Amino acid sequence: MRKIYIKEEVCIGCGLCEVYCQLQHASVHDLIKAFKKRGPRPLARARIEAKGNVSFSVRCRNCDEPQCVYACLTGAITRDIETGMIAVDEEKCIGCCTCMLVCPLGAIKQDKEHKKMIKCDFCQGEETPACVTNCPNEALYCVEYNGTNIELAAKAPSPF
Amino acid sequence: MEYIERIKYLIIGNSAGGIGAIEAIREVDNNGTISIISDEPYPAYSRPLISDFLAGKQTIDKLNYRAADIYKQNDIKTIFGNRVTNLNLDNNTVLLESGHELGWDKLLLATGGTPIVPPMEGREAGGVFTFTTLADAIDIDDYLRQKPDANAVVIGGGLIGVSVTESLLKRNVKVTIIEMKERILNVILDEKTSYMEHKAIKDSGAEIITGHTVSKINSNTHGEVYGVTLDNGDVIPCGIVIIAIGVKPRLELINGTNIKVNRGIVVDKHMQTSVTGIYACGDVAEAFDFIYGENRLTPVWPNAYLGGRTAGLNMAGKATDYPGGTNINSMKYFGIYIVSAGMISAPDKSYQELIAEHNDVYKKLILKDGLVTGMIFSGEVDRAGIIYNLMKDRVNVESFKQSLISDDMGLLSLPETVWRNRLATVPPVNGVDCAVS
Repeated sequence: MRKIYIKEEVCIGCGLCEVYCQLQHASVHDLIKAFKKRGPRPLARARIEAKGNVSFSVRCRNCDEPQCVYACLTGAITRDIETGMIAVDEEKCIGCCTCMLVCPLGAIKQDKEHKKMIKCDFCQGEETPACVTNCPNEALYCVEYNGTNIELAAKAPSPF
Repeated sequence: MEYIERIKYLIIGNSAGGIGAIEAIREVDNNGTISIISDEPYPAYSRPLISDFLAGKQTIDKLNYRAADIYKQNDIKTIFGNRVTNLNLDNNTVLLESGHELGWDKLLLATGGTPIVPPMEGREAGGVFTFTTLADAIDIDDYLRQKPDANAVVIGGGLIGVSVTESLLKRNVKVTIIEMKERILNVILDEKTSYMEHKAIKDSGAEIITGHTVSKINSNTHGEVYGVTLDNGDVIPCGIVIIAIGVKPRLELINGTNIKVNRGIVVDKHMQTSVTGIYACGDVAEAFDFIYGENRLTPVWPNAYLGGRTAGLNMAGKATDYPGGTNINSMKYFGIYIVSAGMISAPDKSYQELIAEHNDVYKKLILKDGLVTGMIFSGEVDRAGIIYNLMKDRVNVESFKQSLISDDMGLLSLPETVWRNRLATVPPVNGVDCAVS
């Protein structure tokens, strides 16, 4: 499976990861339309944290021991055996927030409008997710991870 | 001598704990025989969802906890709608109600809880129910279809009582909750959040009577309930009574054996009971609670799964410690989001309470000697897991405790070593990549 890693030492906290994540998960893929013309605003599945000189981008890490999967009351959160990704089945999710209470990263959040839990879905099977592609400083990168060996995936082309 | 089939892994109970165990066993052992026994006739369903079924929001087939073919996919023999009537620890065999006998190499007791029904007069009357199984929900649904105008009395204002109240209100059934203590949800919420729920329930049209108990259920000559009498003599007319006082460990199989029982079955860090080869998990077990530092009953779904998983790994030979659990609850009754874990208020003066409150947000932490021993968040519950894991990992928060209840609480509220460890900022070199163990 592919995992996203962060280089917090080069992250400038610009928040473009959040913006492009929101855009990726919006009903329209036009920045102005998605943010200004079609309410409500799409929700980001990544978040920027910043304090002093330190900043980084946080999202689901698809833990080897996924507490959210173990805690889910309805069986809505499962790991896809093929991709290794942890996903929320929206039909089964009742939005109870139990997963949120056990996630060590605070990486699952509530979609209050639809009463569902949402998380990083790796842009639904993209080779390189939008946050990585659009990080201007290459503070995010993808790694192929299979439990024992790792390989740095090809660097995403910078849009800048 | 009659041949008795011997199963490598025999699981009694087909809910969160049982499923946690079989999924874990199959991670380690692809071939060992597994049988799972349940007195309920269905594949595993999400027990918390029976309230959605009763409310008419979900059909039975949508309650499945796992894909319908999970047993087939994992080569697991199911024995559903059958009950174990006897455990024989000398021969390692169980006797089923159907008369069959089965042997085991490793046994898991995941028998769950059974509703507490006090010996009150009239509890055998028609129209009196409990609410812990899908069968209960189906029975209540059938009854209310025949008596759609019935008013309900719910005995007990805990999670089960509030949950069934919400379902009944959605069916336009009038409800009166009778809670013995001075406030509802008193085990999992503090005064402040309990009052929030109280108000929301009242605003939704239900009545709540606190500080009283039902001393008698009144029934007519046909044996059908028509009301309840309280301990102060007040009479409340009703057509249906739900007894929702709580659950206790379901121990009938274990009583009389030499498996050690305190309030529940006592298990070690591998979830093994006092008898080698026999494991227990879930509502029937008393497993390690990391807040109290001792074994306690924590009858909540996530702990049942985690305990079952730990038991399963150990049964299959992969030595694994139970990480510990504590009472955790996440609720959204009547549109109010509240999460709580561990203690709900400071038990004595050696504990400190930290509270932040504004608009609809309420955040409270309970601390002792720099460790978080309890939390309640309401209104804004995002990222609550960051704190729950500090509780679990026993991180001393003294130097940054105030930042934990601020609006911008995040990983950067924690010391660098802690957030680095959680984020795993460096790709794994030894093949281990996991934010938590």
